[in-house]
Formats: sequence, C-alpha cells, structure tokens
Amino acid sequence: MAVRTLYDKLWDSHVVRQEDDGTTLLYIDRHLVHEVTSPQAFDGLRNANRPLWRLANNLAVADHNVPTTSRAAGIADPVSRLQVDTLDANCHEFGLTEFDMMDPRQGIVHVIGPEQGATLPGMTVVCGDSHTSTHGAFGCLAFGIGTSDVEHALATQCVVQRKAKNMRVNIEGMLPAGVTGKDLVLAIIGTIGTAGGTGHAIEFAGEAVSAMSMEQRMTMCNMAIEAGARYGMVAVDDATIDYVKGRPFAPSGELWEKAVANWRELVSDPGARFDREVTIDAASLRPQVTWGTSPEMVVSVDGAVPDPESIDDPAKRDGYQRALSYMGLAAGTPITDIAPDKVFIGSCTNSRIEDLRAAAAVVKGRKVADSIKLALVVPGSGLVKRQAEAEGLDRVFVEAGFEWREPGCSMCLAMNADRLEPGERCASTSNRNFEGRQGYGGRTHLVSPAMAAAAAVHGRFVDVTRI
Amino acid sequence: MEPLVNVTGIVMPMDRSNVDTDAIIPKQYLKAIHKFGFGDNLFDAWRYLDSGEPGQDHSKRPLNPEFVLNQPRYKDASILLARQNFGCGSSREHAAWAFRDYGFRVLIAPSFADIFYWNALKNGLLPIVLDEAVVDELFEAVQATEGYALTVDLPSQTVTTPDGSRHAFEVDPFRKHCLVNGLDEIGITLQHADDIRAYEQRRAGEAPWLFQDLA
Ligand code: SF4
Repeated sequence: MAVRTLYDKLWDSHVVRQEDDGTTLLYIDRHLVHEVTSPQAFDGLRNANRPLWRLANNLAVADHNVPTTSRAAGIADPVSRLQVDTLDANCHEFGLTEFDMMDPRQGIVHVIGPEQGATLPGMTVVCGDSHTSTHGAFGCLAFGIGTSDVEHALATQCVVQRKAKNMRVNIEGMLPAGVTGKDLVLAIIGTIGTAGGTGHAIEFAGEAVSAMSMEQRMTMCNMAIEAGARYGMVAVDDATIDYVKGRPFAPSGELWEKAVANWRELVSDPGARFDREVTIDAASLRPQVTWGTSPEMVVSVDGAVPDPESIDDPAKRDGYQRALSYMGLAAGTPITDIAPDKVFIGSCTNSRIEDLRAAAAVVKGRKVADSIKLALVVPGSGLVKRQAEAEGLDRVFVEAGFEWREPGCSMCLAMNADRLEPGERCASTSNRNFEGRQGYGGRTHLVSPAMAAAAAVHGRFVDVTRI
Repeated sequence: MEPLVNVTGIVMPMDRSNVDTDAIIPKQYLKAIHKFGFGDNLFDAWRYLDSGEPGQDHSKRPLNPEFVLNQPRYKDASILLARQNFGCGSSREHAAWAFRDYGFRVLIAPSFADIFYWNALKNGLLPIVLDEAVVDELFEAVQATEGYALTVDLPSQTVTTPDGSRHAFEVDPFRKHCLVNGLDEIGITLQHADDIRAYEQRRAGEAPWLFQDLA
C-alpha cells in the first residue's frame, strides 16, 4: 500500500461507504455526550421513533452547567437544572452509560474520556463539542459535531464527512524549561492564524512533541480547533500506550496485546505527503499571553500589546483596534504591566493533574495578591480532584488564597455560576478569549497553568521561567 | 428541513472578520432543550445594550441602534454578507438555528469555519464562499444602495447581482441534493444500514477491542 499519513490511515479504516463525489459515511467508535448539545438530538430520535444504533458505545456526562461549589444543594439556576435533568432523563430512557453529577468519575467530557480509557488509539471519537479534537492526542480521529450529527451518530453510528487535507506542524528543538504545550500551541495559532488549519487535519510532530507527556499533547490537540482545524492529532508511541494501559475501559489480557500491535501502526509513514507543512522553532519560545479577543492575538510575555497602526491590512487593523477597545488596553503596553482581576485554572485545555502540579509548584509558599478578587482552581474531573488532594495540592492552593472547586467547565464558558463581571480581566488557562466568553463584558487572557498561577501571586503577568 | 432552491433577498453586511459563534449566540441561550426560538438572540451581545437571559421578553430590551441588525434598511434581510473565517469557535448548532429562526437563508463570505459551515447546511441555510475581491465589491454595493438584494439560485449555483452579473459558487453535491429536496440525512444513511452492519462485522474481526461494551 502507498505511504500514508496518520490521518489517511484513520480515515481509511473507518470508511463504511464512499460516493463518487467523495461524500463518505464514516463509522464512529466512540460517542461522548453532554447536556448542552444533546437534548434536541434525543428529541429528534423520539419524534422519529428511532432507536440507538449501538448503545454501549456512548458515554454521557454533565459538565457545562454543573455548579463547582457544593453539589449536594443541586443546581440553583432552573434553566441549567432543566438541561442537566434532561440529560439524566434521556440517558435513563435510552439506556446510555452516564456519569451523573454526583458520580466520583464525573468531569469535563474531554478529561474523562482518556482518563477512563473510553478513548483508545485508532478510534473515531465524536462529541457535540468542538474541543473533541483533544482526543486526537491518542492517535484518534476525533472531532466536534453539531446537534444534527449527534442525532445522526446516535441513530446510525456514523456521520457523513468529506476527507480533509493533511497538514503537519513540525516542532523543531525542545521547549525551554517552564514553557509548555499550551505556550507552544498558542504560538502556533499566532503563527498560522485562527483560520490557518481550516479544511485540514493537523498532525503535531517533532522532537518536542515526542518528548511531551500525554497531558501536554491533549492540551495541544485541544486547541487545534482554535487554529481552524477540526482534527488535531499526534502519532502513537510508548507514552500513548503507557497512558492507556490499565484504564477502566481499556482492553486487557490477550486483547490488549493485539490492540497494542495494531496501535503501533498509527504513525505517518516515512515519506508520507502532507498538503501543507509548517515548522515552528521550540527552543526560542517564551511563555505566551493573549492580548486580544481571538486566540491568534498572542505575544510572548516579554512582549507588548501591538499597535494597530503598524498593520497594513485594513480588515486586520480594524480587528486589532476593536479588540484593544474591548480589552481596555493601550497599544504598546508591556504584557507584564497587565493586571488581572480574576484567575481561572481549569477547562478541558488545562485541568489535568500535571496542570495542577505545575500551578501548585508556582503557588507553594506564596499568597494570592490582594488585587486579585477571585482565584479559582477547577479540576477537570472528580478523579483528578481526588488525586490532587492525595498529593496535598488542594492545601497549597487554599493556603495561598485560591478557591478549590468541584469539577466541570466552570468559568471556561460561564454557563454555570462562575463568571466574569463586565470589564473584569482574567488570566485563564482555557482556550477561548472571545468577547463575553467568560461572562458578559469579561476580558480573557489565555495562558498556561504556571503563568496563571504566577499572575495570581504577583497580581500581574510575569515570566514564570524567570521567577 | 425546509427546502432551499432559490432566494431573492435583502443583503445585510456584517463587516468584521472572525465572527465567532459566541457572538452569534451567547452561551446563556445554549441552555435551551428545544430546537427553535433562537431568532431573538442572534448576535445578542451586539444587538442589545444590556445582557440578556433566556426566558426574558426580548422585545422590551434596549436595542443598540448602531448595530447593523437594528438598522431599518436591513430589517427584512435574508442574506448575510460577511468577512473571512465566519462562524469560528464552538460546534453549537444553535448558531445555525439562530440564523434560521431570524429568517436568514443564505450566508456569503470569503471563508467559513468548518463546523459552522456544515451545521448551516444541515439546517436549511446555504453558506456561499465567494472570492475576497467579489465580497469586497458586494460590501461596497450593499453599503451604497439601500434595499440592495441578491438572487441566489442553488440548482445553477449562482449569485446574481441587481445589475445582472453572475458569480458561480461551489457546493457539496450531497448537501445540495438534501437542501434542494429538504431531505432528512438520517433517513438517507439508514438506507445503507446493510453497509454499516457489514462494516461492523468486518471491523469486529480486525479490531475486537473496539467492540467491547462500555459499562
Ligand atoms: S471546558 Fe470549556 S472548552 Fe472544554 S468542553 Fe467545557 S466549555 Fe468547552
């Protein structure tokens, strides 16, 4: 067979049928379901009297609307409560496996899939959520779908797709100490732009990626969508297989051996052709901070807010101006002069145990600055929370003045009670700095967990590699 | 899905790039459990001067007169003219529902974000990609002429301007078929149920670990 990319291999092994025009029915191995994008899909099934095609393939969890304070009291907002109750009722009616709000395994859908071994190398993984690209870190074809496709996947175990183009982002050299996968992916988006990967499946490759932990790879693939690519992925290696081994839903015994042999093939063949290749130098990278309202509006922590007047393209200049006025920033302001009001450590980008360890290492023995109104740590899942507590990380955070919360999406998109007030500025480890994303009128600066922790204790952005 | 064949309608310009789905429909309206009723909240944060909540009477909220959607000349618009990377961000299909519920049928831009693009097609909306230079011209024409309307014909895949010039566009043939006929995609897929079963059988032999139940 011809040399193929990782994406080609994943695609080929899931084609159920393909029309002459390229329209393809693609088989789905794992469907993750959450409360926001599923109610209308279940409604559709009920109305058409259609059963689920393959029930035991779906895993459901409520994450977007759940409160991060005491769960025992339930959800105060009646509209949020109805949506979570609707998920519970639908899972019950149709028979889906669900981690409900009180389940110790509950958490953000993209954290729990890999954590449970529900995400396995070589799978097609879909979820009604754009950050499903996260699971591509395992050599998966993982992508976000809309509600129509959620219904389609439930009813047929397939989605209709056309093949995307192949793109490889080659990372040259190793990341300096204290510079993370988050900084790297922000720098990539800064380089190629938020539409840079549109129509492409991105494979992240190179020395720095090979050396990365699975959690860092997930952070990178998570933000592939912020570069416009519906799919981000990393080839399978020892780190992938070690991570999956022994997870609750992972195969075991003879089946495990067979699976591993198959997973070893999930790499791009030498000489495979990519429609587009981009090379990024890792060795010179500094921690990154976004200054605007799009993830591509990003600079190094030792940089400054850019001057729109220096931009030739009028549409882009306009966009910069609008972003600066929304963000309440003046051109030329050094990043280290920017002072957040709130700090959020969490989200499917950066709420795993390594993220919490990195943040705690910065916080340890220090105090949250007086100027910070609220510093939140929201673990990605109940199991991450438990692990962090076993390591004493919760005490590090609480002693410093952080709030230690229950797992969920929380202030990443502020569908629950955690949010920014108009005009408030936030150092956030999440993935989107769009207008109003973290609350109406709120201003978001995207950073790594260590950078967010450092901003909390210093009351402004600082270069975490230099403290 | 409502069929879409031919649309002649007033064009509303949305003159900014990278319009994201959080701007198209803010998160608080994603708490709904039904598929309709999002039209009042299209571009909510830009359109109103306050911050809205689901269930509110939106007709009583203060409007932002500067925002294009509130300008009387675009009141009956059914075609949106936009800039590059339109619809970036989340996978929320509510963004497509909001356009549909408001009364838009066609969206024209130099480029769309992938997920939004496909979501639109699945909800009776036609996203059309035209060259940046053509889009620039259209922006000028729309701003210069009150009541500026375009005619979009899906079978012939053309956009016709009032002066008669025509611009061809591409559309996925399968989606075109569904859109023109108002077809339900799940029904079409289920016609291939035997293929799906055959695939599962073959695949379960090759990769049995994929067929272990989650429980
Ligand atoms: S944490 Fe944020 S980005 Fe991730 S699934 Fe939740 S809302 Fe979406």
